[in-house]
Amino acid sequence: MYQYTEFDKAFVRARAAQYRDQLERNLTGTLTDDEFRPLRLQNGWYVQRYAPMLRVAVPYGELSSAQLRVLATIARDYDQPSHELLTRAQTTQDRIDSVSPPVGGKPSPRLTTGYGHFSTRQNIQFNWIPLAQSANVMDLLASVNMHGIQTSGNCIRNITSDERAGIAVDEIADPRPFCEIIRQWSTLHPEFAFLPRKFKIAVTGALEDRAATHWHDVGLHLVQNEAGDLGFKVLVGGGMGRTPVIASTIRPFLPWNQILNYLEAIVRVYNRWGRRDNMYKARIKVLVKAEGQRYIDEVEAEYRAILDQDGGPHTITQAELDRVSASFVMPSLANRPSVAIKTVAGKVADVLRAAAEDDFEFTRWLQQNVAPHKNPDLRCVTLSFKRLGQAPGDATADQLATAADLADRFSAGEVRVTHDQNLVLPWVACSDLPALWNAARKAGFARPNIRLLTDMIACPGGDYCALANARSLPIAAAITERYQDLDELHDLGEIDLHISGCINSCGHHHSGHIGILGVDKDGKEWYQVTLGGSDGSALSGAPVAGKVVGPSFSAAEVPAVIEALLGVYRDQRLGTDGGDGKAETFIATLRRVGAEPFKAAANGARFAARDFSPEAETEGA
Amino acid sequence: MAFGTSGSEVLVLANDADAQSADLTGVRRVDLHFPKFSDGRAYSQAVVLRRRRGFTGEIRATGDVLLDQILLMQRTGFDSAVLRADQNAGHVTKLLAQFPGFYQGDAQQARPRFTAVAA
Repeated sequence: MYQYTEFDKAFVRARAAQYRDQLERNLTGTLTDDEFRPLRLQNGWYVQRYAPMLRVAVPYGELSSAQLRVLATIARDYDQPSHELLTRAQTTQDRIDSVSPPVGGKPSPRLTTGYGHFSTRQNIQFNWIPLAQSANVMDLLASVNMHGIQTSGNCIRNITSDERAGIAVDEIADPRPFCEIIRQWSTLHPEFAFLPRKFKIAVTGALEDRAATHWHDVGLHLVQNEAGDLGFKVLVGGGMGRTPVIASTIRPFLPWNQILNYLEAIVRVYNRWGRRDNMYKARIKVLVKAEGQRYIDEVEAEYRAILDQDGGPHTITQAELDRVSASFVMPSLANRPSVAIKTVAGKVADVLRAAAEDDFEFTRWLQQNVAPHKNPDLRCVTLSFKRLGQAPGDATADQLATAADLADRFSAGEVRVTHDQNLVLPWVACSDLPALWNAARKAGFARPNIRLLTDMIACPGGDYCALANARSLPIAAAITERYQDLDELHDLGEIDLHISGCINSCGHHHSGHIGILGVDKDGKEWYQVTLGGSDGSALSGAPVAGKVVGPSFSAAEVPAVIEALLGVYRDQRLGTDGGDGKAETFIATLRRVGAEPFKAAANGARFAARDFSPEAETEGA
Repeated sequence: MAFGTSGSEVLVLANDADAQSADLTGVRRVDLHFPKFSDGRAYSQAVVLRRRRGFTGEIRATGDVLLDQILLMQRTGFDSAVLRADQNAGHVTKLLAQFPGFYQGDAQQARPRFTAVAA
């Protein structure tokens, strides 16, 4: 992980002090709520449905165990609403159930407190911290080099990356040093604090895109040109929201040391030309779509001017890249006595074969939750935060602390937040896998469902978020409950189910193989279902937005619709004759046979479900 | 407010004007405008005037100018600002001295911290 210098630490503390001063001026009335708003937003403080929400930045998803423990403390001590507030909130939520009947008539999951929520941008959010305590929380975060800088607001947001950055077997170069250099450059950039709209950058250094880079305002791919030099392929203008757009390549190759100068050009041109008259048209994707080549020409001209007239001041020096890269060396695993005794292949095979023969569950876990590593002695292990009884990506204070313990014991004290809301342990010795499996199972993190249906993405939705049109979590809970049978889940194979409670798309519904979008009609919750979206990963194929299957469904209908879609898949999929011993995936079947049979089944489920309404029963009797 | 044209002493540059091609001949002061404090176009205009055009006269911020923008203005090349009437100017000095330094270069210090530290 990046090692904070004295300057970096002092900077974060200064930011916390600056925020405290702003909060005090707001509380004493000299800074109006309207004027405080963009300032608190740029520190991660929203005001949500019932309480403020804090979004803590987790730069490119990396967290230390010490940081996790402070996050656990924040969850335990600060994510606690007053009894009155929680009662009032729960009463309001209960009323939604009476207007929009939940699945099977069962009450929706209750609001929870004392926890953190991992987001699709690799950050962590808290939902109940009173604003008056916010400055204390910022001080606490600063004690472990954490903050909420630019996790909201119309500025350059947290830089995201591949959860396997620096350990992926298909990596051209480690993106983390560049992520850190870009993070520092964008932090409190004085020119770009009030852009037309938010601005998100994702960086990958691997062949497979595990960071959904095409869905970002800027996507960066580390590549090598024909001469073998390292550089970036630069994508611009992707985004979800009301108008899903896949980013276009603006530069096939940019030398690595020019990335800051080039980003400056991209953002400066956007700052000047991006629309400010309509919030829904203010993202860079709209500008790039409207202007096309003209935007590209403007950026290239601005980049030339930065180099030729300004002297390219932000050209990254080799010394700086070396300094930052030194933080990202592979941790020493000297305390792992079993490593380096035998040949790698023999050792791994022995340990895993013995353990796997013992336990079918362990085999499944190895299959789904354990990924290969650049270092053949090591594995990358995903702790699943998708399980019955808790919302996707939620972690209680105790669970955060337990994850910290697992990181210390098995992963050199480091975890990564993944963009699909799990935690990854990046440095696990092969020989530790059985012990880790047991420990993770005890902690409830070993559900072998990574990349399967129940490893779904869901935003906090209408239970917490002020923007939501409908709740996401009751839908996620109903589907999770329906698909608890591991045999069935594994038979259905790898599939991306993404749920958003509104068109802002924090739950990435556009990129789900199956997407669910909450909409509001006449004060009731309805859900639009989309099919065939892709985040750009190897499983999902070229990035594309899913297509709507038809009119929206009621909450009670959604699980039956999902079941119907999966039924078509099971009927239509090709068997294991593809050569890799695996059945055709949901997304491959959908692309091969087309959406029509799926649509028909989904719409059939709509009517079937409505037949069970009390009126229909009367008619049928 | 005097609306300057090219060659006059004070040039009032519209928010959507191109700072790169503005005629600065004989201009002593450029006024850049913030229609709302959340509209950040003038920061880019100031950077271009100061750093690229080498404008050495005064750059003044007008419009919706609040205390918490002053640091950004100072760093992007403004040297004066007409604070909105309700702002407590006495607090500005404190707000300008909160950070130990910054990462990226700006209109005051063109090079980023990493080159300064290495040098």
